[in-house]
Amino acid sequence: MTALPERTQRKLGLVIDLDTCVGCHACVIACKGWNTENYGAPLADMDAYGENPVGTFLNRIHSYEATPPAGGACQTVHMPKSCLHCEDAPCVTVCPTGASYKRTEDGIVLVNEDACIGCGLCAWACPYGARDMDPAAGVMKKCTLCVDRIYNENLPEPDRVPACVRTCPAGARHFGDLGDPDSAVSRLVAERGGYDLMPELGTKPVNKYLPPRRKDRLSGSDTVPALTPVAEDAGGFFGWLDKMLEKI
Amino acid sequence: MTQPIVNTSPPVSDEVRRTTCYMCACRCGINVHMKSGRVAYIEGNRDHPVNKGVLCAKGSAGIMQVNAPSRLRAPLRRVGPRGSGQFQEITWDEALDIATRWLGRIRHDDPKKLAFFTGRDQSQSFTSFWAQNFGTPNYAAHGGFCSVNMAAAGIYMMGGAFWEFGQPDWDRTRLMLLFGVAEDHDSNPIKMGIGRMKAKGGRLIAVNPIRTGYNAVADDWLGITPGTDGLLILALIHCLFQAGRIDLDYLARYTNAPVLVDAATGLLRRDADGKPLVRDRHCGALTAFDSPGILPDLAASDGADRTVFHMMAARYLDPAHTPEAVADRCGIPAPRIRALAAELAHAAFDQAFEMDQPWTDFRGERHATMTGRPVSMHAMRGISAHSNGFQTCRALHVLQIILGTVEVPGGFRFKPPYPKPSEAHPVPHCHAHPDQPLDGPHLGFVHGPEHLALDPDGKPARIDKAFTWENPLSAHGLMHMVIANAHAGDPYRVDTLFLYMANMAWNSSMNTAGTIRMLTDTDENGEYLIPRIIYSDAYSSEMVAYADLVLPDTTYLERHDCISLLDRPICEADAAADAIRWPVIEPDRDVRGFQTVLIQLANRLKLPGFTGDDGAPRYRDYADYIVNHERKPGIGPLAGFRGDGGMTGRGPANPDQLDRYIANGGFFSAHIPEGCDYYKPWNMGYQDWAVGMGLYDKPLPYLFQLYLEPLRKFQRAAQGHGDRQPPDHLRDRLRQTMDPLPIWYPPDNGDPAAFPLHALTQRPMAMYHSWGSQNAWLRQIHGRNPLYVSSEIWAQHGFQDGDWAHLTSAHGTITVPVALHGGLNPHTVWTWNAIGKRKGAWALSENAPEATKGFLLNHLIHELLPPKGDGLRWSNSDPITGQAAWFDLRVRIEKAPPQDVTDPAFAPIASPIGRGPLNLRWRVGK
Repeated sequence: MTALPERTQRKLGLVIDLDTCVGCHACVIACKGWNTENYGAPLADMDAYGENPVGTFLNRIHSYEATPPAGGACQTVHMPKSCLHCEDAPCVTVCPTGASYKRTEDGIVLVNEDACIGCGLCAWACPYGARDMDPAAGVMKKCTLCVDRIYNENLPEPDRVPACVRTCPAGARHFGDLGDPDSAVSRLVAERGGYDLMPELGTKPVNKYLPPRRKDRLSGSDTVPALTPVAEDAGGFFGWLDKMLEKI
Repeated sequence: MTQPIVNTSPPVSDEVRRTTCYMCACRCGINVHMKSGRVAYIEGNRDHPVNKGVLCAKGSAGIMQVNAPSRLRAPLRRVGPRGSGQFQEITWDEALDIATRWLGRIRHDDPKKLAFFTGRDQSQSFTSFWAQNFGTPNYAAHGGFCSVNMAAAGIYMMGGAFWEFGQPDWDRTRLMLLFGVAEDHDSNPIKMGIGRMKAKGGRLIAVNPIRTGYNAVADDWLGITPGTDGLLILALIHCLFQAGRIDLDYLARYTNAPVLVDAATGLLRRDADGKPLVRDRHCGALTAFDSPGILPDLAASDGADRTVFHMMAARYLDPAHTPEAVADRCGIPAPRIRALAAELAHAAFDQAFEMDQPWTDFRGERHATMTGRPVSMHAMRGISAHSNGFQTCRALHVLQIILGTVEVPGGFRFKPPYPKPSEAHPVPHCHAHPDQPLDGPHLGFVHGPEHLALDPDGKPARIDKAFTWENPLSAHGLMHMVIANAHAGDPYRVDTLFLYMANMAWNSSMNTAGTIRMLTDTDENGEYLIPRIIYSDAYSSEMVAYADLVLPDTTYLERHDCISLLDRPICEADAAADAIRWPVIEPDRDVRGFQTVLIQLANRLKLPGFTGDDGAPRYRDYADYIVNHERKPGIGPLAGFRGDGGMTGRGPANPDQLDRYIANGGFFSAHIPEGCDYYKPWNMGYQDWAVGMGLYDKPLPYLFQLYLEPLRKFQRAAQGHGDRQPPDHLRDRLRQTMDPLPIWYPPDNGDPAAFPLHALTQRPMAMYHSWGSQNAWLRQIHGRNPLYVSSEIWAQHGFQDGDWAHLTSAHGTITVPVALHGGLNPHTVWTWNAIGKRKGAWALSENAPEATKGFLLNHLIHELLPPKGDGLRWSNSDPITGQAAWFDLRVRIEKAPPQDVTDPAFAPIASPIGRGPLNLRWRVGK
């Protein structure tokens, strides 16, 4: 069993805006491309051109449909999901070898692949399904928060963000220190009512989600004044035209 | 326990090569990270005007495109029957010899016997130049089966359209209305814009039968019934007219609303120079629209002649256009339509603002400020791929224009080389003579019957019957009719069909099984009815098997290209910009960029535009052409770094131009000066800048054409006026559809009682417009395409998860898996397009889900309407533009027993390149 640090110096994580995520999968593929080339073993794609292609992905998008309780049209929410870098990460405490650990300096949850025996306990313990056993390498893969980008002195300063954040076309992904209440991400969470995924589990996820705004309000006159005719009885076309032209 | 030491600064790459993406027509800048000469990672280029660093899934998956096992490896000559996939690899010399022999004979005997059509071509100014010099009238790209209604409506009415031709003023718009868009090829800018707009509190309202993607994040969704968008838009126009919430000043100054219409003919009143006449409110005189200092009078009359505005009010105030009159047909309650009209008016007028930016208009009037109206709109195939699409797209532009939101701050803005009036575009040319170039550009804008592409005997001059009485304004041609017409010999037979990146034997054709039959049918002597087929593609697509000669193209990272101002550039609303691709890696196969192959063919054929006065070739390859070709003196494919490297737009060729582009990140950008970047069609500052850039040769201010006079000319011809007369069977249709003011008419799509449902397709964002749905990463996201049905249909038929259904149209039946989709118009079913693959194609296993569970709706859509009993072939197209009416499809659905594979299932084709590897563990670095 592996211990969690009592506290971390920073709480780096993601803030994901469900109001603007269009479900385009840009983050999924940027993540795949960066991480197959970098940290740890490459991300395998088994049966890549066959009947049942199954690859390792550290970030996936789930789409959910829901009809508002009060009625109205069915809505779709696109929900990108990767490791939430929990403060009380059950995937770490369950690890028999110490391979799964939470970094003290920034709170990132990582797998030390040299020590990973591929037992899969961590994936079983993670309530979010945020870990993928690599079928070729036999080690556990997960979001590293691009630990090899965010401090990387070989990258220009603005590029020192996770690959998913850098690529997101809709600007729906934000990266920063959620342990600092004055950080841009913390302020965003406060302004937009950002929330934890399944808080009742007590995992204290660092990543936050910003809820979609209320939709389908175009039902009458609750937002803007209704239009009124130029004249109740404009006297036919020429009457209307006269009334209109008075306005020029 | 101590933490492991992690190297947080590993080397990222040896080198970054900056070029341009090719996964869709968005054409983002990309940084290609190289390790040991191989592609290690692809990300967006932060400096690039289009994507500013972001990149979509397709772009990031470019690595899997470049290493795809489906890449063709060498030129191929067919050795088995067509469709068998049996080929022999040959050398390029052999391939070019064969092509030269075939093409040379055609050119010498009868150039129109070559039909040269390109699909996802990003070099149309070049391919059209080649076809023009070859001399065939039969050239077009894929616009006719894509979205020509949107493009043509925009250019005819406003001198510009959406996509790479225009964009919302993202930073200032507060309300955006999106029609019929699943994904679009301004894809990253739309996502970026929606994100920015929403962050500022702006609202997105989406009109679409299907709630996915952008429609899913829209603040309001109107799940309209397919084909009724025009009704909805005309109802919005009705509400705005009725409430007087229209921008009268804008209409008077910048549109043909104040132009007088001759009551007898319906033509615009004009002066001796042909300029439309308006009445000046200051002095009351009838005068040319552009007379200095005038203020045109919307309420003018002259005898029985009224203004366009008067005619619009009369038409759109009619109770036939009230929300209550259209609500049931649109599937949208009248109060929601009224609320939408109120939102539009509120944003346009109550949230209007003034920008402290003086400018001078084309009548010489100086304006102290620019009025902003923060409403923008964008639309795509959902409204245009219907047989009423052209008039619907025009109605949408009327809505934009009466709100005064085009080319103003906060509204919709053009990107250079637009705005450009339709009169400044070429008219179609079709006169072919042996061993001669065509008499001018193939495609263009028709302004009356005199511009139709007809032979002296009145028959269609083009194989696709573009620019004929059947579809007079077919600005992009009718690619979806080429094979069917060539097979039928209507209007004539061709000898060689030459296609580039067009999967006509699969997802790019209507009636796929029928098209395959047409490609393989033989005459009584056993000769193919389409005698020769040459095809160029980078990948082993379904079409490859039907070619006699295959010219393997490179991938996008192995080639030179230019994204040119002569074509479809990458400009922004405040900057002209163009870009290149260059070989950041060398091909590891015996393949050549298609454009270079065309030049090599041109050199062998000694085509005039490619041959110097001394008979020697002008261009070695495409890179040479990009640098040295001049369309007019000083104007070439690329606008940047001309002359000594410091000249922009106009200037002599610069031998170092490509190196300058590469050093600049693969693109060039020239900003429009401040004060010139709004009101561009009428802003003399912009007009002068555009002339300096070489976009046109003299200032071209013009009026938006709310009343489209060319349509009226066709109506008049149908009524018997003029020398060129339509055939009698088309007179009624011309009179009804060619209305100079936008109208709505129901699509001609079969019996609603027999086929009560609508069926649509859309492309997923991760595969939009791309040539790579076999991509190992992307196929894990979208490897299956069930038929999505609404909750109402699901319940009515008692569907359960895992069920299958028969889906039947007037043309045929398919049997497919179904799935529930709640966010859907109740009378609509849909699926992702082009996921389904044929066994043996794309180097996929024959048991790949794309080949067993995937399917195409194309089998239900015929290129012809059901026979009317008159013996005529009526194309399934918009009667004005020839736009393929994909989305007119009506169907019925029945539950089917469980199946193992979708129906129809096609026999496998032999793969000329084998199969992909079993597993991937992709990493190029050590």
